[in-house]
Amino acid sequence: MSGDAHHDHAHAEHHDHSKFYIKVWAALFVLFLISVFGTLTPWFFVTIIVGFGIALVKAYLVVRYFMHVDIEKPVVHYALIAGLALMVLFFAAVSPDVLNHEGSRWVNVAARAEMERREAAHAAGEGGHHEAAPAAGHEAPAAEAGH
Amino acid sequence: MAFRPIATTRSATGMPTGRLAIWWLIVSEIVIFGGVLASYIMHRIGHPEWAYQAEHTNLVAGSVNTIVLLTSSLLAVLAHNAAEMGDGKKAAKLFVGTILGGLVFLVIKSFEWGNEIAHGYTITSSGFWAFYYTAAGIHGTHVLVGMIVMGFVAYDAWHGRELQRIEFAGIYWHFVDVVWIFLFPLLYIAS
Amino acid sequence: MSHPEHAHADHGHAAHGDHHHEMSFSEKYLFPTDHKYIAKQYMLTGMIMAVAAGFFAYAFRMQLAFPGMSVPFFGVVSPTEYNSLVTQHGSIMVFWVAMPVLIAAFGNFLIPLMIGADDMVFPRLNRLSYQLFLLSAILVVVGWFVPGGGFGGAWTSYPPLSAKAEYSLTPAGSSIWLAAVAVEFAAFLLGGINFVVTAMNARAPGMKWHDVPIVVWFICIASILFMASVGPLIAGAIMLLFDQQLGTHFFDPVAGGDPILWQHLFWFFGHPEVYVVLLPAIGICAEIIPVFARKKLFGYRAILYTGIATGVLSFFVWAHHQFVAGIDPRMANVFTITTVLISIPIAEMVFLYIATLYGGSIKFSVPMLWALSFIFCFLIGGVTGIFLGASGADIYLHDTYFVVAHFHYTFYPIAIIGTFAGVTHWFPKLFGRYMDEKLGQIHFWGTVLSFNLIFIPLFFTGLAGDHRRIYNYNNFAELGTPDLQWLRILATVALVIMLIFQVLFVYNFINSIFKGKLAPTNPWKATTLEWTTPSAQPGHGNWTPETMPSVYRGPYEYSAPGRDDDFHPQNVP
Repeated sequence: MSGDAHHDHAHAEHHDHSKFYIKVWAALFVLFLISVFGTLTPWFFVTIIVGFGIALVKAYLVVRYFMHVDIEKPVVHYALIAGLALMVLFFAAVSPDVLNHEGSRWVNVAARAEMERREAAHAAGEGGHHEAAPAAGHEAPAAEAGH
Repeated sequence: MAFRPIATTRSATGMPTGRLAIWWLIVSEIVIFGGVLASYIMHRIGHPEWAYQAEHTNLVAGSVNTIVLLTSSLLAVLAHNAAEMGDGKKAAKLFVGTILGGLVFLVIKSFEWGNEIAHGYTITSSGFWAFYYTAAGIHGTHVLVGMIVMGFVAYDAWHGRELQRIEFAGIYWHFVDVVWIFLFPLLYIAS
Repeated sequence: MSHPEHAHADHGHAAHGDHHHEMSFSEKYLFPTDHKYIAKQYMLTGMIMAVAAGFFAYAFRMQLAFPGMSVPFFGVVSPTEYNSLVTQHGSIMVFWVAMPVLIAAFGNFLIPLMIGADDMVFPRLNRLSYQLFLLSAILVVVGWFVPGGGFGGAWTSYPPLSAKAEYSLTPAGSSIWLAAVAVEFAAFLLGGINFVVTAMNARAPGMKWHDVPIVVWFICIASILFMASVGPLIAGAIMLLFDQQLGTHFFDPVAGGDPILWQHLFWFFGHPEVYVVLLPAIGICAEIIPVFARKKLFGYRAILYTGIATGVLSFFVWAHHQFVAGIDPRMANVFTITTVLISIPIAEMVFLYIATLYGGSIKFSVPMLWALSFIFCFLIGGVTGIFLGASGADIYLHDTYFVVAHFHYTFYPIAIIGTFAGVTHWFPKLFGRYMDEKLGQIHFWGTVLSFNLIFIPLFFTGLAGDHRRIYNYNNFAELGTPDLQWLRILATVALVIMLIFQVLFVYNFINSIFKGKLAPTNPWKATTLEWTTPSAQPGHGNWTPETMPSVYRGPYEYSAPGRDDDFHPQNVP
C-alpha cells in the first residue's frame, strides 16, 4: 500500500491522490468487518485480540495516511509518542491501586463488595428489559449484544 | 485592525504554523482521552461483572457509526487533496460531506442513547454506564466542535480563502476518528 | 472565519506598514490582540487575585493565632469559612496568581520580544485565552458568594468529600469552583499551544535553538508540561462534576468507584504543575543574574538540558503526594527514588547560577536581589522536600505544617519572588519608566525577611505535630501549649507585616507607571532582543519592518573581549 502513492508536501505541484485514499478507506472497511465478525467467535481471547489488534491497525492506517504522519517532521513524531508514552506510564503506575483489588497487605473492601452486589443482582435476573439475557460469564461472546 | 504580524508568516521549523498548532492540540487531546480511557480500562479489567452491562450496548449502532466516521474521514482527506490542488470549491463540497457524516454520527448516537435510557440504563446505573456515557459524551462533544470549525473552514474555502486550513481541520477530524476507533471495541465489543 | 482582519489577508506584508496606527481604547486595553497588552491584562488580573488570596491567608492565620477572635476587616471565622478560606487561598495562588503571572503574563510579554517577532503567531487565539481566563476568574469569585459559601475541600478536592454536597456542605460552591478550574485549564491549553508554536516557528532570522534565551525555553517547556499533564485532570474534573451534579459514582467507593483514582488523576497533573510554575521563575532568574553580574551565563546548555531533564522527571514523581493514601507500598518505593532523583537537576541549576556569579561584577539592584533571594529561599524548599520525598519520613510528616512550610518555601519564591524579580527587571520595558530603587530595596528586605519569619516557625510546629487542616489547636491538649501557640502567633504577625509591605510595592508600581523616571531603550545594558525595541511601545508591533532584528550570537554575551561596551547584543553583527 505504501508504494502505491508517493506524496510529498515539499513537492511543488500536487498530484491527485484520491484513488490511494479510497484504497486506504477500503482497507479500513475490510478490517472493520473482520473485527465485527471476530466478536462472533465463541472464544473470549479471540474477540479481544481481534477487536483491539485491528483497532491498532486501523488507527495506524488513519494516522499514517490520512493525517500524513509518515511525511511529517520528526518533532511531531516525538510529541505524539511522548503523549502516548505518558498514558502508558499513567496506566502502569495507577493500575496497581485501581485495577487490583488487593495487594501487599491491603484489600479494597469496597470494590469487592460492589462486585458481589452486582454478581448477586445479575444472578437474580437484573436487567429484565433485556430479552433472552445470556446466562453466561464474561467469557461469553457478545454476538447477541446487538438489539 | 489592519495589523497582521510577520510572526505568523515565519516558519523556522519548516512547518506551517497552523499545522504545528494542531499537532500540539492533538497531543493535549491524547492525554485527555488517555485519562478517561486508562481509567475505564483499569476499572473494566478490575470489575469483570461490568461485562453483564456491556452486553446491553447496541453493537449495530456502534458499527454503523464506525463506518460513518471512517467515511467522513475519507471525505476530509479527499478535501485536503482537492485543496492541495487549489480547488477550493471541491474541497468545500467534500468538507460539507464530512460535516454531514458527523451529523449522521450524532443522530445515530442520540437514538442509541435514547433507546438505552428508555430501557433504564442511565449514567447513574452503574460504573460501566457512567464511563460509557462520559467517554462517548466527551468524544461526541469533539465531533460537534469539529463540525462547527469545519463549517467555517468550508465557507472560507468555497470563497477561495485560507485553503491550508482544510488540512488542519482535517487532521483534527482524523484524530476524532482515531479516538472512536478505540472507543468502539472498548465500549461495544469487549463484553 | 470571515473576520474583518482577513479582508486584509491578501495585503500580507503591505498591511504591516501602518504599524503604529492609533487604536481605539477598547481595541488597545479591553480586547487587545497585541501580546504586550494581553500580558498586562494577565498581570493585572493575577495581582488582583493575589490581593484576594493574601487577604484570605490573613483571615485564617488570624484565626489560628487568636482562635475565636473577630478578625479585623473579616469578622469571626467559622469552621466552614475557615475551610473555604484555606481552599480558596491555595487554589487561587496556584491557578489564578502563579499561572497567569508567571506563564501567561511573562510568556506573552517575553516570548515575542525575545525571539524578535512582532506578536504571537495567533493573536486572536491569545485574546481568547485571556478572555477564557478572565471568565474562570469571575467564576471562582462568584463561587464565594453562592448559598453554602465557597468550596472548602482543599485545592486538591479529594473525593468523596468534594463529590457529595452532604459532605462538603457547599452544594453550588464546589461545582462552580471545579468549573472555574476546568475553564482555566482550557485557557492555558490554548495559551500554551500559542507560546510553543510561536517560539518554534516565529524566531528571528539567524536565531538557532541555542540562541534562544533560557526564560523562553523554560516557559515553553513549562507549557509543554502543562499540555501533556493536564489531560487526565480535565477528564477527572468532568468525572467529578458528574459525581457532584448527576449522581454518578466514579470516585465513590460505596457504589464501586475509587477515590484513589482521583488522587492519581489529580497529582499526575498536580506535580508537573509545580514545575510548570517553577521553570518560568527560574528562567527569569537566568535572565537577571547575567545582566547584573555582567558575566556570561555559566553553562547555557547545561542549564537548558537540566531544565528538560527536570521536565521529564517531573512526570515520574506524582505519587509521593499519596504515600499515606493507601497506595501500593511497592509503588511508594519507586516514587521515593524518582522524587529524590529530581533534586539532582534542580541542584545542578542552582550551582550553575552560583558559578555565574563567581568572578562577576555584581550590582545589587532590586531585580538582582529578588533573583538571589529566589535561589536562597527555593534551596530551603528543595532541601526540606527530601524529607517528604522519602516515604518512611513522610508517614510522620504527611499533612503537617512541615509540608505547608515546605511547599510555601517552593511556591513563595516561585510565585511571589519570581514575579517581583520579573516585574522589577522588565518594568522599564513594560511601562517605559524606572521603578523607584529605594522603595524597591525597602520592599524587598521587608518582604523577604518577614516571609522567612512566617514559615520557619511553621517547620517547628509541623515537627511538633500540627496537622494542616485544624481550625483551632486549643482543642488539642498536646498542640494547644503556649510554646506552640507562640510560634503560630509569630508566623501570623510576620504575615501581617509582610502584607503591609506590599502596600509599598503597589504604591511604587502605580506611581512609577505615571511618574517614574523615563527609561531609555536599554536601561540595564542587556543583550537580549527585547531591549532593542522602544520602551513602552505605542502600538501593535514591536519593530518597524526596517528594524526587525536578525540574530548573530547567543543571548548572554557580557564582558565580551575586544569591545568598547562590556556587552554584545544578540542583534549586532
